[in-house]
Amino acid sequence: MDLLDIFLNQSFWVASLRIATPLIFGVLGALLCERAGVLNLGIEGIFVVGAMVGWMSVYAGAPLWLGVIAAAASGGLFGLFHAILTVPLGLSQHVSGLGITLFATSAASFLYRTMLPDVSSPPRITAFQPMDVPFLSDIPFLGPVVFQQTAMTWLALIMVAVVWWVMDRTPLGVALKAVGDNPDAVNAQGLSVYKLRIGAVVAGSALMALGGAFLTMSAFDAFFFGMVNGRGWICIALVIFASWRPGKALLGALLFGMFDAFQVRLQTEAGAIVPSQIFLMAPYVLSIIALVIVARRAEYPRALLQPWFKGHR
Amino acid sequence: MMVIEPRGVISRRMQVAIPVISALVALALAALPLTFAGAPVLPAYREMFTGVFGSMFSFTEMLTRATPLIFTGLAAALAFRARLWNIGAEGQLYLGAMGAVAVGSGAIGGPAIVMIPLVLLAGMLAGAAGMLGPALLKTRFGADEVVTSLLLNFIILIFVQMMLEGALKDPMSMGWPQSRPIVDEAALPKLLPRMRIHAGLILALVTAVIAHIALTKTTWGFRIRAVGENAAAARHAGISVNRTLLGVACISGALAGLAGVSEVAGLKGYLTTDLSPGYGYSGIVVAMLAGLSPIGVVIAALYVASVFVGADSMSRAMGVSSFLADLVVAMSLISVLVGGFFARYRIRFRSKSGAGA
Repeated sequence: MDLLDIFLNQSFWVASLRIATPLIFGVLGALLCERAGVLNLGIEGIFVVGAMVGWMSVYAGAPLWLGVIAAAASGGLFGLFHAILTVPLGLSQHVSGLGITLFATSAASFLYRTMLPDVSSPPRITAFQPMDVPFLSDIPFLGPVVFQQTAMTWLALIMVAVVWWVMDRTPLGVALKAVGDNPDAVNAQGLSVYKLRIGAVVAGSALMALGGAFLTMSAFDAFFFGMVNGRGWICIALVIFASWRPGKALLGALLFGMFDAFQVRLQTEAGAIVPSQIFLMAPYVLSIIALVIVARRAEYPRALLQPWFKGHR
Repeated sequence: MMVIEPRGVISRRMQVAIPVISALVALALAALPLTFAGAPVLPAYREMFTGVFGSMFSFTEMLTRATPLIFTGLAAALAFRARLWNIGAEGQLYLGAMGAVAVGSGAIGGPAIVMIPLVLLAGMLAGAAGMLGPALLKTRFGADEVVTSLLLNFIILIFVQMMLEGALKDPMSMGWPQSRPIVDEAALPKLLPRMRIHAGLILALVTAVIAHIALTKTTWGFRIRAVGENAAAARHAGISVNRTLLGVACISGALAGLAGVSEVAGLKGYLTTDLSPGYGYSGIVVAMLAGLSPIGVVIAALYVASVFVGADSMSRAMGVSSFLADLVVAMSLISVLVGGFFARYRIRFRSKSGAGA
C-alpha cells in the first residue's frame, strides 16, 4: 500500500473520526471549564469514571442512552467536587485537579473490581452500533465515513455546535467568558461569579465524562484498567491549541485523530524497520509539539487559575 | 450568611496537626468503600494494621515501599516549593532506572566503591534530563510544565518498553522483556538478612536531611522559596527566576531518578516496565501531605507506604479490592487540601444585617 493510498482508503477517515470523538468531548469540556477561569486537571480521572459508570449502567441492564446520561451525571458530580474546592474555597486548581483524577480513577477502579470480581476476560456489553442513515449513508465515500459512525460521534459533533452557540450567541455564554477574563466586572453586574464558574465546571466535566463513556460504549464494548491512557491530558494540551474555541477544538481533535489513524497504518508499512513503540509515542509527542507551538501566542482566559472571592480576603 | 476570614498566623502545632488529622480522616472515610464491598469494617482496619506492624518482615516491607516514595516525595516537594509543577516524577524514575542499568549491568567494571556512586550519578543525570526538558519548554516557550511533564511520562514508559526489547534487553531472560541485571558491585546492599530492606532507605533519609538543610539554610534554597512565593517579587529582588526554575527542575528530576536507581539497584535487580506502581504520582500526594517540607516527606512516605502495604495485606485476607489503597491515598490528598483551607481560614456565620460584615 502506497503512503498516499492510506489517505484514499475509506477506513482511514472512519478511524480518524472515531479516534477524534472522545477528544472532542474532552476538549469541549476543558474549554468550558477554562473559559470560566478554572483549570480542570481532573479530566483524566473523569474520563475513567465516565467510562466505568456508562458501561456498568448498561451492563446492569440500562439502555445505552441512560448509560450515557449516567456517565455524564457522574462526571458532573466529580466536577462539582472540583468546583467546590477551587471556586468558593479557592484552593490550588492544580492540586485539586490532580486529587480529583487520583480519586476518580481509584474510585472507578475500586467500584468496578468490587462489583465484578476477577474474571479471565473482561465482560462485554452491546455497544452503540454504526448508524445506517437510509439515504445519506449511500453517498460515495463521504456517506460511510460520516454517516456510519455511532450515535455518540454524532452527539459529539452536535455538542460542538451547542457549545459554540451557547458561548457565542447567548447571554449565558457572554457571562461565562467574562467570568474567566474579568470576574470583578461580572460581579459588578450583579451576577454570581461562583454560580457561573461552578456551573461551567460541572457542565464541562459532564462532557469530559462522555469522552470516557465513548470508549467503553462505542469504540470498545468493555472496560479495561488503563484504557484512557492519557487521553485526558492530551485534551488539556489540545484546548490551548484550539484557543479555547469550539470550532478549532473540533479541528484539533480531527487532526489528532487523523494523525493517530495514520500512524497506526504507517506501522503496518514500516513496522519491520521502525520499532512499533515510536508510533505509540507519536500522539503524546504531537501533543507536546502542538502545545509548544501555540504557547507563546496563546491568549489564556485572563482570570484562569486565579481564585476570586466574594468580599475581601 | 457565611463569611470566610483569614486566621492570620498558623501555629507550628497546627501546621503539623492538619496533615495528621487529614490522614486520619481519609483512613476513617475508608469505612465507606469497605462497607460497600461488604467487608466488616473494624476487622478490616485491624488487618491493615497487622499487615504493617504485625511482623518484622511486614514492617521492613513497609520501609522498603517507603524508600522510593521518599525520593519522589522530595522531588515533588522541592519543585512545588518553586511552583514548578513536576508531574513527571514517574517518568524520571524510569529514566533513573535506565541510567543505572545502562551503566551498572556490566558495561563498566569496578569495585563497589566506584560502581555504586557511578550508578547513582547516572540515575540522577538521567532523571534530571527528564525534567529539564519540560522546564526549558516552560522558560523558553511558555509551555505549561504540568502537561508536558505529564505527557512525557507516557513517552518515557513507551521508550522503556522499546529499550527493553532492544538495546537493554537481557539475552538470558528467555524472551521476557527485562534488562540485564545490575552487577553485584553496583547493587545497594541489603540492610537485614532475609528482608528486602536495602541501603536505598539510608540514602533516602540522608537525602531528606540534605534537602531540608539546603532548603532552609542555603541561598539556593532561599531562591527556590522566593520564586515559589512570588516570582515577580523575586525577579525584582534580582533573583534569576529562569535559572532557579531550571536548577530546581534538575534537582527534582535527579531525586525522582534516584527513586528509580534505588528500586533497580537495591530491590529488584533489573528493569522491567512494571518497576513502579505509580510511585511518581504517589510522591505528589506524599509531598502535599508533608506540607512540602523534606522532613515531613519522610513521615508522609511512611504513612502512604503503610496504607499500601496494609491494604494489600487486608485485601488478601478479606477479598476487598486492593484499589482501596489508591482510594485512601487519593482521599488523603483531598483531605489535606481541605484541611489546609481550614488552617488558613475560619468560617463565621453573621446575620445579613450584622455590623462590620
